[in-house]
Amino acid sequence: MMDLLSHPFMQRALAGGVLVGMLASYFGVFVVQRRMSFLGAGLSHAAFGGVALGLLLGTEPLVVAVPFTVMVSLGINWVRRHTRLAGDTAVGVFFAVSVALGLVFLSIRRGITVDAFTYLFGSVLSVSPTDVLLAGAMLAVGLATLPRLWGRWAYASFDEESARAERLPVDRDDYVLFTLLAVTIVVSVKVVGIILMTAFLVIPAASARLVSPTFRHMTVRAVIIGAVSSLAGLVVSYLIDIPSGATIVLLQAALFFGLVFVSRRA
Amino acid sequence: MTDAVRTEHLRVTLGDRDVLQDITFRLPAGSMLAILGPNGSGKSTLLRTLVGLVKPSAGSYRIMGRDGNDLPRGSIGYVPQIKSLDRIFPARAIDLVLTADRGRWPGRISKTDRDVAEAALDQVGARHLVDRPIGALSGGELQRIYLARAAMRDPGLLLLDEPEAGVDAVGTADLHAQLDRFRSSHGTTVVLVTHDWDAAQYHATHVLLLRGRQIAFGPTEEAFGEEQLRRAFGHVGHAHAAPRGGTAT
Repeated sequence: MMDLLSHPFMQRALAGGVLVGMLASYFGVFVVQRRMSFLGAGLSHAAFGGVALGLLLGTEPLVVAVPFTVMVSLGINWVRRHTRLAGDTAVGVFFAVSVALGLVFLSIRRGITVDAFTYLFGSVLSVSPTDVLLAGAMLAVGLATLPRLWGRWAYASFDEESARAERLPVDRDDYVLFTLLAVTIVVSVKVVGIILMTAFLVIPAASARLVSPTFRHMTVRAVIIGAVSSLAGLVVSYLIDIPSGATIVLLQAALFFGLVFVSRRA
Repeated sequence: MTDAVRTEHLRVTLGDRDVLQDITFRLPAGSMLAILGPNGSGKSTLLRTLVGLVKPSAGSYRIMGRDGNDLPRGSIGYVPQIKSLDRIFPARAIDLVLTADRGRWPGRISKTDRDVAEAALDQVGARHLVDRPIGALSGGELQRIYLARAAMRDPGLLLLDEPEAGVDAVGTADLHAQLDRFRSSHGTTVVLVTHDWDAAQYHATHVLLLRGRQIAFGPTEEAFGEEQLRRAFGHVGHAHAAPRGGTAT
């Protein structure tokens, strides 16, 4: 175990993994309660388009992926609010366009496909000090939302109509939520990978929901599950040399099914 | 006496369709208005407009003397359709009550918060439900929780969207008893959209009949007559008792 902590890359991976595990689970509770799991898939695949563009341009991929994914998330929310289309339809369109753009970008410049695989499947080796700093900064932003926005997002998640009737700024709050969700997804993809990102958002929150009487309990427990499963998954993936993202998600899934069993018996 | 609600040639357009046209009425403070009409007649749209959820495309409305678009938070109480609520959301009655009080979902709940919630629930005889998960509440109980949260800031106007939907007969009778009590003790004006003709006939002081436009408005004994009902619904129905001042069918 001490050997594991002696590697700088592993220190970064553990710090980054715990931070993004907490972040993704914190925003995941809103994704789950608003029945927007497909949004997680859509935004992580939008991140793929942004990463591919960054690789094509020869810059740090996350520098391009963050604004690219934020634009997609705002686009999805705009279409959802201003057209007669359902939210999942909007996600489906943006999802497909982002993946298609990503594939085109990767095909233009040879030799970057291998780098793209790092983002598709996640790699602890690739977590840089900048990634850890970005995740830390995002966690600080997440904590800053607790006093006011968490409560307003929760209110609108339960009963959007009453929140609007109370003259709360539901639309503005949603744009903020979608933006932070997009940035969280982008900073998480190096650890967990684009393909498994949805699970990273959804499973800790869904597990917490099974054993939580209130939304506050659900949020706290989801964040704990996200942090602990990321830590454990990274250690296990290092010890038996399997992909980190898949290991974290499989551990989360084991906990989820255990809690399904326990909560049904209760 | 101040009008609790005053509308002037109100028109609401959704998409390219006029859902409501030329709605003009003045409802005195302390009244209870029942909005009736067939499905698709614009009842809920009118209520949602008064609540501020829908913007009128023409005309104006005033709530307790103020422009409807310029109401401070908490000046009206709103009870949405209970059947549309997410019953699997992890919440208890106390969370719903405190959400209305604070304008956001409660995090940690202090002893003072609990006292506030229990006092609000006490007003509707639901103090014992304070820690009950919302998924374990009956439709009538949830209706009472929403009534408690709508009334806790003593709003001058209480608006309810089909309060009998998803609630059994006992729950509906209980609700109307509560509304009558609020009106007499607090002088609250009540506006409700309903399909319940008996509720309109026996509890409402005023009736507004809609069919995309205003068919009739006035004191119940004047506006709830057979002729007006026939114009609004196309028929008067067989199960309906004789309207006050009207003729039995």
